Amino acid sequence: MNIVRVPSPLRDYTGGGASISARGASVAEILADIERQHQGMRFRMIDEQDRIRPHIRIFVNQREVHTLDEAVGARDEIHLICALSGG
Amino acid sequence: MASTLWIGTRKGVFALHPDARRRNWQLAGPQFLGHIIHHVVQDPREPRRLAMAAKTGHLGPTVYVSDDRGRKWREALAPPAFRKAREGENPRAVERVFWLTPGHASEPGVWYAGSAPAGLFRSGDHGDHWEPVAGFNDHPMNPRWAAGQRTPDGELLHSIRVDPRDARHLYLAISVGGVFESTDRGADWAPLNRGVAATFLPDPEAEFGHDPHCVIQHPLQPDRLYQQNHCGSYRLDRPAHRWVRIGERMPKKVGDIGFPIVAHPRDADTVWVLPMDGSSVWPRTAPGGKPAVYVSRNAGRSWRRQDRGLPRTQAWFTVLRQAMCDDGAARLGLYFGTTQGEVWASGDEGGSWRCIARHLPEIYSVTHAS
Repeated sequence: MNIVRVPSPLRDYTGGGASISARGASVAEILADIERQHQGMRFRMIDEQDRIRPHIRIFVNQREVHTLDEAVGARDEIHLICALSGG
Repeated sequence: MASTLWIGTRKGVFALHPDARRRNWQLAGPQFLGHIIHHVVQDPREPRRLAMAAKTGHLGPTVYVSDDRGRKWREALAPPAFRKAREGENPRAVERVFWLTPGHASEPGVWYAGSAPAGLFRSGDHGDHWEPVAGFNDHPMNPRWAAGQRTPDGELLHSIRVDPRDARHLYLAISVGGVFESTDRGADWAPLNRGVAATFLPDPEAEFGHDPHCVIQHPLQPDRLYQQNHCGSYRLDRPAHRWVRIGERMPKKVGDIGFPIVAHPRDADTVWVLPMDGSSVWPRTAPGGKPAVYVSRNAGRSWRRQDRGLPRTQAWFTVLRQAMCDDGAARLGLYFGTTQGEVWASGDEGGSWRCIARHLPEIYSVTHAS
């Protein structure tokens, strides 16, 4: 199981939880597991072309990833970040 | 009869509830504080149901639906989304759900949604699941009709109209792209822009590429369409295909540019517009800082200014395309919301106005629910 840190705009989906657990060997699998547990959350972060939305950042530990096929290790921590969106 | 004005804003949704005489209004909300609310629409077939187009600054677009007149909301299980792009195709993604329209009376549960970039979507289950309308989104001409000519909020698909006589007969509009019509429930579409000016195009008789700001279809006389366009206001009486410019009788100092247009629900010849300054660099504010509604009682042949109660000077707001409506009452009420967060009401068909809410966030939509 991986720890996933959840930013405040997405915590309506996690019952207010700032961190959740998800299982997967890639960012795509982690997101799929998040969606299984918290329906609707993935689409708010990832568009229908499987691209990370403009104001969302995803980090695996300290490393930012830009595609969903990045590998995730068993002990890696995932950080979902809402980047500045202005106004 | 319970009555609510739903106010969609850049920072959440509010509701205004009147007393029996519509003299005093009580403001409720916000709900969804901080969310960008483009449209809140009641289902006239089942008035307890509502749908709301929303997103946030960070998160992707979605739709919320309510079964209890807006007390509780739930998110769509499958929000509007384009299909996955095939190899070599432009990979489109919905940036915002901009417009919502309930389907035909004979099709309970059907809704349509318009998005930016321009996309048409349909739900068959009251807004819980949405599917792209392939007949429009994948039409061979779609890359030219929806060519990515963006307004500041993107390329907007709006003004989806369902002919009350025929569920198969649809209209929609794209800013920027033009007005389009389908007679087969959205399987095929054709442009409907003849007679409409497009001063930003080299061809004065361009078939598409226009900038309709708002198109309405009269509920009792569905062959009567009105259009407030970037280049004037127009009327079209079907089966004609050529729009007639009805704004040329407006005072030259005011012009006939604006966003919203509202028709009297029981009189197809009565129509209201709210002009904005489309001169020089397009301030898009009340002309001269003196806001006014204009009414025509003869389908646009002449116009009368209605500004009693509105600020006399130095008022520089804008009223967006979804931010003006009527309430259907026997003595018709009219309402509009401004980009500066004020809601104005008239209980006498525009004869006089008063501000019923202020200090709200930038208003995107004002809609009436019975």
